Amino acid sequence: MLYAILSTFLVAAIAPAVHRVTGRASGWVLGILPAALFLYFLSFLPAVSSGESIVLSWPWLPGLDIHLSFLVDGLSLLFALLISGIGFFIVTYAGRYLEGHRDLGRFYVIILAFMGSMLGLVLADNLIAMFVFWELTSITSYLLIGYNHENADARKYALQGLIVTVGGGLALLAGIVMLAMAGGSYELSEILANGDVVREHSLYLPLLILILIGAFTKSAQVPFHFWLPRAMAAPTPVSAYLHSATMVKAGVYLLARLNPSLGGTEIWFTTLALFGALTMFTGVFLAFRSTGVKQVLAYSTVMALGTLTMLIGIGTETALMAAMAFLLAHSLYKGALFMVAGILDHEAGAKDFLQTGGLRTALPVTAAFAILAALSLGGVIPLFGFVAKELMLESVLEAPGLVGILTLLAVLTAILGVAVAAIVGIRPWFGSRVETPKTPHHEAPPAMLAGPVVLASLGLIFGLGPGLADEGLVNAAAASVQGAPVDAYLALWHGVNWPLAISAFSLIAGGLLYWRWEQARRALAWVDQAAEYGPEKGYFKMMDGLVWISEWQTRVLQNGYLRYYVIVIVAMTAGLVGVTAQLFDVSVSAVHFERLQIHEMAIIAILVASMLFAVLTRSRLGAVAALGSLGFTVALVYVLYSAADVGITQVLVETLTVILLVLVLFRLPGFLSLSSTALRLRDAGIALVAGGMITLLMLSTLDARLFDSISQYFIEESEPSGYGRNIVNVVLVDFRALDTLGEIFVLALAAIGVYAMIRFRAEDRR
Amino acid sequence: MEVVMAFVVGGMYAAAIYMMLRRSIVKLVIGLVLLSNAANLLIFTLAGMKSGAPPLIPPGMSMPDGAAADPLAQAVVLTAIVIGFGVLAFAVVLIHRAYEVVKADDMDQMKDTDR
Amino acid sequence: MSMHSLILRTAGHFLLPLLLLFSVFLLLRGHDEPGGGFIGGLVAAAAIVLYLFSMDIRSARKVLRVDPRDLLGAGMVLAVVSALPAAFLGQAFFTAQWWEFTVPVFGEIKLSTVLIFDIGVYLVVIGSVLTIMLNLAEAED
Repeated sequence: MLYAILSTFLVAAIAPAVHRVTGRASGWVLGILPAALFLYFLSFLPAVSSGESIVLSWPWLPGLDIHLSFLVDGLSLLFALLISGIGFFIVTYAGRYLEGHRDLGRFYVIILAFMGSMLGLVLADNLIAMFVFWELTSITSYLLIGYNHENADARKYALQGLIVTVGGGLALLAGIVMLAMAGGSYELSEILANGDVVREHSLYLPLLILILIGAFTKSAQVPFHFWLPRAMAAPTPVSAYLHSATMVKAGVYLLARLNPSLGGTEIWFTTLALFGALTMFTGVFLAFRSTGVKQVLAYSTVMALGTLTMLIGIGTETALMAAMAFLLAHSLYKGALFMVAGILDHEAGAKDFLQTGGLRTALPVTAAFAILAALSLGGVIPLFGFVAKELMLESVLEAPGLVGILTLLAVLTAILGVAVAAIVGIRPWFGSRVETPKTPHHEAPPAMLAGPVVLASLGLIFGLGPGLADEGLVNAAAASVQGAPVDAYLALWHGVNWPLAISAFSLIAGGLLYWRWEQARRALAWVDQAAEYGPEKGYFKMMDGLVWISEWQTRVLQNGYLRYYVIVIVAMTAGLVGVTAQLFDVSVSAVHFERLQIHEMAIIAILVASMLFAVLTRSRLGAVAALGSLGFTVALVYVLYSAADVGITQVLVETLTVILLVLVLFRLPGFLSLSSTALRLRDAGIALVAGGMITLLMLSTLDARLFDSISQYFIEESEPSGYGRNIVNVVLVDFRALDTLGEIFVLALAAIGVYAMIRFRAEDRR
Repeated sequence: MEVVMAFVVGGMYAAAIYMMLRRSIVKLVIGLVLLSNAANLLIFTLAGMKSGAPPLIPPGMSMPDGAAADPLAQAVVLTAIVIGFGVLAFAVVLIHRAYEVVKADDMDQMKDTDR
Repeated sequence: MSMHSLILRTAGHFLLPLLLLFSVFLLLRGHDEPGGGFIGGLVAAAAIVLYLFSMDIRSARKVLRVDPRDLLGAGMVLAVVSALPAAFLGQAFFTAQWWEFTVPVFGEIKLSTVLIFDIGVYLVVIGSVLTIMLNLAEAED
């Protein structure tokens, strides 16, 4: 399992080389990997469909209780199969779609890495590992959406997607940590078994909200739905992959995965069902009034995501079964349709439905399977989409609450969904031939057709034989969402009942709407104006605000005056120390001066005198001499108080420091007198406050010792296990050798920096 | 001695910060030297100042004879001294280079050159 | 930047080998008595700097034979290498390894990764200080 996921990253690393060697065939060659992964995951199927779940674990950071563990059950296997299976078609498809593109090699790297992250995300059993993969999918999808990086829009919307999903990721991280606190483990398999504990934990509400923010942003739920259609700036294979089976479903996956431990509460039901239903309706409504091929598909993806969220929220056996069936159906038809959109673009140059029409003669195969997929999207009997839609309607009607509003939204969605399906399935292919920007000369190449053909056909096969999908995986997946075996089943024909009636009604109403599409769109033009004030505006406002804040803080805090930085730092530190001292009731116990011996007095007198001289003198040589005297006196302190090594070091370094200062400082001009007396007094005041704070801190620490020093261990173990009698040296080179390594690194860096500054001058480059 | 040292170290911090608040760049360097000495002494003082108790083990024994001064603080201070030298050298050369380029040692003038 | 002082020059001449020898002595005994890589390295570097002031840059570089940057790099490599044997023995990074030999004449000799590490520190300190000092002195000319 570990190797399966690692292999995607390894192959990603060598993909550009493979691409160079194999040229035109690179899509097929690299497609071997997802195909092999698909077969590998398929080998888990018998065990999983009989209800087993398999946990595989490798230690990662055992000290922090983080393991690289994987959980294979119905849900994760369903996702893994979709990711690798559709991934195969995407990779081969992209090999032809982006053929000759300058950056195709880079594309393979990112898409394979994305696939690996996605697999890791759905298979991870450890929450932290899952989060790492979650963020990886955000980052790789950012690179994928911004693939055409010379296009300003692509960059902008890639960033938008990244900020929304990563912002949600931040909330998710906090939520996960709380979940682990509540559930007592970072392992999903253990948390899921502890549902009651989590639900009754005092952190349940905050952690639920945080996790929902993470899931909703990723899965483009209202009000975060705006980033998803914008992400259509990506090349079509990316859209097909991200929006059919992967990226955007990650949020849904998370909700489904955590359902056994978080679900079943009132708030879970209300939030998910309402937000899901709203998203579902918003998505299909916006899809209906869009004309861009990919826009329509993207908004219908938003609809699907809303539907899934709603179903998981409803949480009855039927609903969960419907969710899993809908997930599978959607992945199949949406993958196919996006690839069809790519064919339309590739062969006919059409990016908008208004530019298309009558293409069925030019692209017969594409047309046939596009229609098949569109029928599934519309939920027409006997396709798998119908099976899923019937179940969806049934579970809405049987929902434990909010039946009225959910049903209303579901019916409206069903009607508009049929209209959208008609836009996709009829508009480009039938009617009079519309002049497309590019005249298609031939059918799309096999590599591009394979995906739509296979995926759309599967929609038909599962539709005719729903038991195949049911017993195979959907039931097991629903069982892992429920956390218990599921007693529902999939069927094509449920008899004449309400869902069937709604379906039939929506077919007719949707057909009518499609017939009047032009008028309906015009009537809905006002939505454009309204959309100006939508959540996307909030996003842009927020980004502007961020820029404004950073400009402001640069102007005010990063003003370029070192002394103001110092003042801010000193004031902050003094303030924080003051507050902390108040809060924790730190006090300085009576200061008692012990009687100083004569040599101690002498040392302190010299220290103070040289310090004052260094500050007050107007001669540079005097200041350097004073520093020297101060340094050697400090060395004397070290030697007198049992630190021979430190003393010797201080003497040597002090010598070198004086030489250094003499070498450099005297090439600079003499001291300037730049400040007024008032400024000096102010600075002296600040300095004295800081110094006083240090003194107080030291005094309060002197007789408070909260922990035993680790030094005792070093003293005891130095000889027996370090074989050295100079304990300081043993600490440096044995006990704390890693620290010392870091320190000599710093020293080496400083030296190299000095060398660079002296040797490489900017003028040389002119 | 520790109590007196607390005042001395506080004074050194004050002196260092005062020097760093000056506009003359050479004074900044002097402030840096003072500051690193002050920080070293702070750690050293807080670890407890014992005279005549070096953290050395006499030959043939496995523990120091009697109490020993804190070896960890000494090790920390020792490396800090050496690193302090490296960082000081870096700062001094940086300042020197900056002076060569902008011909100003008033930091306010230096600041204005990158506008 | 020679300071034409006979005393300084003579002292630099005679003191250099003594100081270098002393620095190696400090390095090797550092595990048991005051000394060690940091102090040894500083003594050696100070010795070369003293020589630099008594003679000139060119003779200082000549007496050093290698570029101080090479010393720096070699020191870093030694320090990192000393951490590796433990990893191959399945112990935590930087776990010290000791080997004891009995060599005729010298008696028992203890070798360890700790010593290698300390030699690395020694070289890094010499290399850093001299890279700084020699280049500064050169820039001065």
